[in-house]
Amino acid sequence: MKTKTPGAEIQRPVKLSCRNLWKVFGPNAAKFMADRNGKAAAAELNQAGLVGAVRNTTLDVREGEIFIVMGLSGSGKSTLVRCLSRLIEPTTGELTFDGKDLLKASEAELIEIRRHKMGMVFQHFALLPHLTVLENVAFPLQVQGIGRAEREARAHQMIELVSLNGREHHFPSELSGGQQQRVGIARSLAVEPEIWFLDEPFSALDPLIRREMQTELIRLQSVLKKTVVFITHDFDEAIRLADRIAIMKDGEVIQIGTPEDLVNNPATAYVAEFTADVNRAKVLSARALMGPASAKSGGLKKVAAKAKVASFAAAIVDSAKPFAVVGDKGEVIGEISPKSVINLLSGKDRGANA
Amino acid sequence: MSDIAHSAPSTLNGRWLGHGVVAAAIAATAILFLVPDILSPFAKYPDALVIPFNEWVGAVMAWLKTNFSWLTRWLAGLVEVPLRFAFNLLAKGFKFGTGEAAWTLPRLSWLGVVLVMAWLGYIFGGLRLALLCGLGFLSLVLFDVWNNSMLTLALIIICVPFCIVTGLAFGIWGHFSPRVNRWLITPALDLMQTMPTFAYLIPMLLLFGASPVSALLATGFFATPPMVRATVLGLNKVPQEIKDFADMAGCTKSQKLWRVLLPAAKPSLLIGVNQVIMLALNMVIISSMIGAGGLGYDVLLALRALKIGQAMEAGLAIVIIAVVLDRLSQAIAQKRPEAADTRAFWARHTNVALAIAVLLLTTALSLVFPALHTLPDSLTFTTAPYWKAGVDWITINYFDAIEAGRVFVLLNFLNPLRAGFEALPWFGVLLVLTALGWRLGGWGLALVIALLTAFCAATGLWVPAMQTLYLCGVAALVASALGIPIGLWCSRSDRVSAIVTPIIDTLQTIPSFCFIIPVVMLFRVGDVTALIATVAFSIVPAVRYTNHGIRQVPHELLEAGIVSGCTRWQLFRRVQLPVAMPEIMLGINQTILLSLAMIIICAMVGTRDLGQEVFKALSKADAGRGIVAGLVIAFIGIIADRLITAWVQRMRQRRGMA
Repeated sequence: MKTKTPGAEIQRPVKLSCRNLWKVFGPNAAKFMADRNGKAAAAELNQAGLVGAVRNTTLDVREGEIFIVMGLSGSGKSTLVRCLSRLIEPTTGELTFDGKDLLKASEAELIEIRRHKMGMVFQHFALLPHLTVLENVAFPLQVQGIGRAEREARAHQMIELVSLNGREHHFPSELSGGQQQRVGIARSLAVEPEIWFLDEPFSALDPLIRREMQTELIRLQSVLKKTVVFITHDFDEAIRLADRIAIMKDGEVIQIGTPEDLVNNPATAYVAEFTADVNRAKVLSARALMGPASAKSGGLKKVAAKAKVASFAAAIVDSAKPFAVVGDKGEVIGEISPKSVINLLSGKDRGANA
Repeated sequence: MSDIAHSAPSTLNGRWLGHGVVAAAIAATAILFLVPDILSPFAKYPDALVIPFNEWVGAVMAWLKTNFSWLTRWLAGLVEVPLRFAFNLLAKGFKFGTGEAAWTLPRLSWLGVVLVMAWLGYIFGGLRLALLCGLGFLSLVLFDVWNNSMLTLALIIICVPFCIVTGLAFGIWGHFSPRVNRWLITPALDLMQTMPTFAYLIPMLLLFGASPVSALLATGFFATPPMVRATVLGLNKVPQEIKDFADMAGCTKSQKLWRVLLPAAKPSLLIGVNQVIMLALNMVIISSMIGAGGLGYDVLLALRALKIGQAMEAGLAIVIIAVVLDRLSQAIAQKRPEAADTRAFWARHTNVALAIAVLLLTTALSLVFPALHTLPDSLTFTTAPYWKAGVDWITINYFDAIEAGRVFVLLNFLNPLRAGFEALPWFGVLLVLTALGWRLGGWGLALVIALLTAFCAATGLWVPAMQTLYLCGVAALVASALGIPIGLWCSRSDRVSAIVTPIIDTLQTIPSFCFIIPVVMLFRVGDVTALIATVAFSIVPAVRYTNHGIRQVPHELLEAGIVSGCTRWQLFRRVQLPVAMPEIMLGINQTILLSLAMIIICAMVGTRDLGQEVFKALSKADAGRGIVAGLVIAFIGIIADRLITAWVQRMRQRRGMA
């Protein structure tokens, strides 16, 4: 798991970005929004019999990060990701991809962008029932007109990447759910997309398989370093995978931040409710827990500022001595005491916070 | 919450208002019925107000005939080429030259066709299907009906691809533009599927004359609708995620259609193909009246001459072909891709090559051994004398009993009922139906039903329409009264279900025409015969939907009932029946529509109703009269269908099942 320091993140270029994006369902929704200059209150929408599935959403997805959109069912997260990929036309707002206005792209341009730059994984896999695993994975290449030998060679690589070797000639109906989603992942990666949309990819799987697939995703991402937009309703999954999380409720994004931000500074009671049961030692890093450095810090055992508390908790409690917290260049920036770690693990710190 | 609180009392008021309106309409009808003289124009539709639709339609058809004969001739010529080829290939043989130099390339040998059918059965359904297909076709040879069977088969082979392509095209259109689907395709299909079969024959007869070509075209029009429906349904059913995937993979519109949507909808499409084949067979038999030839013509001739044995034999041959085609096409539809064989492409082609080789070899051999061309009479046998003897025996020994029963039913039930229906006041019926439409489906439905009913009266065909209603109503009632208990019994016992299911599957396969044959032998012509044949034909959906409806009641609901301490009867009465009711109603709806279709065909056995109108129009080639009567029949079907579906819809909505 990688958590970048806030400083490092700002330097990454923005890959996909939306400004004041709305998706309103209902008769004459476009006119309704245009009349109000692209802004409408929830009550107004209700009164007009319209549904604001995505409301006034602004967010930036940066290159190489896993950006998670988390929300319960009906929160509009699926609609949002479909707006970002333009599977659904947003009602109003701006959408840029690689700095270009995606909403102005013609149908032909859109087809080109999707063929070469976008990949998507679906909740229920969306595998084509009449094609084998190999043919499914090769399908996006086939529609581009790539020859059989080349596309099958590429598909074989992808199948190997998701460890499905030997299943090439099976049909989707002969595979388990986890295997089917591996095919879905391989297929979405076959075109080497620059941005990778995953729409609740693991929600239809059993808990154990889900965990296994999360681990697999972390492994893949460590190799591929894609820009990922990942949708989920599972906060633990979000915490486990995310570089940054956007929390959605009733069509609105109510907070965007790193898992650590959300746990430390929940913007609303709603966010706090999600973070309440999180294993904080796995989310918070040494930096969040450290006190100021002292004169003797130099002689102490060192721990990296971005290391999760869980990774050194046992060591610091055993040694019963404070550890020095060091930055990226090895410089000492603070000190962390065994007591603060014990407080965190026992939940005492939250009693103090509250 | 406040919405619910508000709506509850208003629904209650609406309910009483609805009951009141319907009751008032019924009361008005009763008054008009009992004392028709007080407002006689509302009881009996005044002759002066009859709108001469039939003359108009007749004029349009005549105009088409005179001005578009170049088109019809060209079309006939176009269709005739493949049809003639198929006839020659399967039945007649190719004749070349004339006089002394004439020689004939023989038709495909029966042995080759039988082997290929068995081989097809083996590929798609294993040994059992191979035996069914092979022995089925072999029996056609043995019963000496091969030639006519192949004529019938040739018509189907030429017709079905046309239906599939047309059906796909319209279905795709309907999928991509829901508005066209809703306002054009669906109403057109509803009309086409409730139009009686005879009504299709009339315009074809008029435009193309009595020939296999007009039979082919009538069959084509008749058999296409299920393919359109299956295509729209299949494409609409493809999961949204798969459609999204196609877009995200960067498919162009045509790639999306051909590589994603249609293959993903393939199971539904193949069910459509199966229905097309069965309807085509049904219609090819009926269109023997306008020159299709083949087995249907055999039946027709034998029935007209009351040659019971021959009619039965030809009828059996039709049933055999129907069962074989049905099982084979279903097996093809259900064939799932198994573990992929990388050689599948070549394996498949070996099969095709092998089949062609077998056909060519056996046909070549038939030049040397004539028995392979036509089985010598000494080897064929006929069952006709046995059928005749059997019927004679029944007639001699039980004639009095059968006749007494027939007359009893006729005099005590059917004739009074018929008289009652004939006397129904048109305006009263219109009021009742419209009130029901308003009650069940709102103003839109009420308007549609009022217009359709008014049309029935305005054509001057009110009395025959009521006669049809009487026959169809009695048949549907009897079929439901028999079918629903059978369905219930099936739902309670897997063993009964295992026995009944293949029987109703087969009943459903048999072309409507064939039901008349055995009944007419025993009961002669008339209403009783028509009703028995119709009940046998239309009982299937009542059984099937009831069985299915009860069986699909969720298990938790049953457990909830048991835990609440329900007795078996209470469980059935309070849980299973109410939950299954919408499904059972749909079964009754189907039964009514099938009854209507069949009762019209029963015009052949001398019923007096709209069917007879169409039948007479057919024999006189009076297009106006036939088509207008056909429309009235279709409208009766549409009214029944709309009312029942609206009712089911309401039931489902109330139960949160919609």
